[in-house]
Amino acid sequence: MTRFLIGRVLLLVVGLLVASVIIFATLRVLPGDVAQIVAGTQASPAQVAELRQQLGLDRPVVVQYLDWIGGLFRGDLGRSLVTDGRVAPEIAQKLSVTLPLAAMSLVAALVIGVPLGVLAAVLRRRPGGAVIAFVAQAVAAIPIVWAGMLLVALFAVTLHWLPTQGFPLDGWDEPGRAFAALVLPALTIGAVEGAVILRFTRSATLGVLDADHVRTAAAIGLTRTQALVKHGLPSVALTVLAVLGVQIAGLLVGAVVVEQLFSLPGVGRMLVTDVGRRDITKVQSELLVLTGLVLLVGFAVDVVHRTLDPRQREVSE
Amino acid sequence: MIRRLLARPTGVFAVVVLGLLVVLAVVSLVWTPQDPFRADPFHQWEPPSPAHWFGTDASGRDIASYLLAGTRTTVLVAVGSGVIASVVGMVLTAIGSLTARWVREGTAVLLDILVAFPTLLTAMLLTAIAGGSLGVVIVSVGLSFGVTIARVARGEIRRIARSDYVTAARASGVGGAGVLFRHLVPNAAPLFTVQLSLAMATAVLAEAGLSYLGYGAGSNTASWGSMLADLQTYIGVHPWSATWPGAAIALVVAALSLLGDAVRDATDPRLTTNDRAAGGAPAPRTPDDPATTNTGVTA
Repeated sequence: MTRFLIGRVLLLVVGLLVASVIIFATLRVLPGDVAQIVAGTQASPAQVAELRQQLGLDRPVVVQYLDWIGGLFRGDLGRSLVTDGRVAPEIAQKLSVTLPLAAMSLVAALVIGVPLGVLAAVLRRRPGGAVIAFVAQAVAAIPIVWAGMLLVALFAVTLHWLPTQGFPLDGWDEPGRAFAALVLPALTIGAVEGAVILRFTRSATLGVLDADHVRTAAAIGLTRTQALVKHGLPSVALTVLAVLGVQIAGLLVGAVVVEQLFSLPGVGRMLVTDVGRRDITKVQSELLVLTGLVLLVGFAVDVVHRTLDPRQREVSE
Repeated sequence: MIRRLLARPTGVFAVVVLGLLVVLAVVSLVWTPQDPFRADPFHQWEPPSPAHWFGTDASGRDIASYLLAGTRTTVLVAVGSGVIASVVGMVLTAIGSLTARWVREGTAVLLDILVAFPTLLTAMLLTAIAGGSLGVVIVSVGLSFGVTIARVARGEIRRIARSDYVTAARASGVGGAGVLFRHLVPNAAPLFTVQLSLAMATAVLAEAGLSYLGYGAGSNTASWGSMLADLQTYIGVHPWSATWPGAAIALVVAALSLLGDAVRDATDPRLTTNDRAAGGAPAPRTPDDPATTNTGVTA
């Protein structure tokens, strides 16, 4: 276990390093001079040169990279090229929308996907199971934008249960309204991701239904339901957990589109805006934060999976 | 193999939908019911009629014509991403299995890292430097799935290389090239096809997502994603208007991912002939491997 942990931590660290280098290097080959873009077309060459020096863009690329990474550890990600605002506090503030959104989406996806997936497997020879599997296949193919539009059309425009768009200006100081603002976005991501989780849960449960140990448990006196719940579902849970590592990345990325759709002030929407303005100091940090979250979640899922799965534990000791 | 593919309803569905898509894309090159870009301010939001099969949108454009013209973009994005993913995947697989040991190990670690990068973030990174375009969508999906293909292929090739029949072939004097072309390539091919169809499904969704964000197709290219973006503005007034482009995208994506599943079922050597004749998978299906099943479709 210790050896596994050390190896996995190393992979995480190397992953973050590689990510930061790729993001930084790609953005430095930006066609067009950043200083020129910031200064505008009216600026004289001298003004552009001055601005370049001011922004630190005349220094060697390696120095700029180390400056950025060093700042990361001090919680200082520099200033926006466009608005001159500090980047780190802004990202932190936007995360207070994106992280709760991702968490709520995860809950929605699990609540939708897992029970229905087990049900679809148990009902495999009845029409009900086929219908669930069919609907999951269809929902998993829906573009997330349209999924959101359909939910808005139903719950906000037609039924008036929830707000269509936006987030309270006071943020979490108004917990009720803030929560309500995140329900439809979370349901949107949760429905699409839940459909994927449903399919994995279904096929894992199908595999377990005919497993020898589950059949034996049923044969020695447990009902089929008891046998499945006691002896089958733990291994299904492990499969779902393994899939979650990939799916949580999907939740965070889904947030980019959904925040735009629902006008939520999160990191994803900030990224979309800054990409449009070519505000590279912000873009590089936003991309690194999002990628870092994805890598961290993958790490956490791997470690938990390793701890819970007795088969993997035996192999490693 | 084609016959096996068509032996199950999902295979038929996938082949029919994708065939229809290609036919419509070709037809749209020479004919659309109306000019897809002609705005007509006197006929906004018309319901479906013989003149406008699916009605008209906010600027009076004929929705059916616009959808038809959009098929070209969908086909272009799917095929383009598929081609790039194949090339990148094959090159990385070759580097990861044919070169010196330290290069192989390095590639393996790099692939483990790169595979975690979400497609949409790659696309945003490239958009930040190159501006939004269909080319960026195609390249970023192609790169992402090239990495995925190489990573999945690595595991599969290792598994096959350790198998008894390869050992037996080697023992009976078959050389490296013989093993490669007679055993490794044919056995890894189905997996490759599955990943390719997933790459294409993701490409169609990514185009929709990025065009929605304003970084996909330009305004002079008809695209289903841009259409969703246009209609989203009017969601309060015409909440159900996005049904046509939304359903079109979902249909194509479902067909592409079902094609992947159908190819896997039709070519999986672990399924016996009896299972195939019965038209179903063997009773204890192995849980779908996260690496070979559709999980990355979130754009």
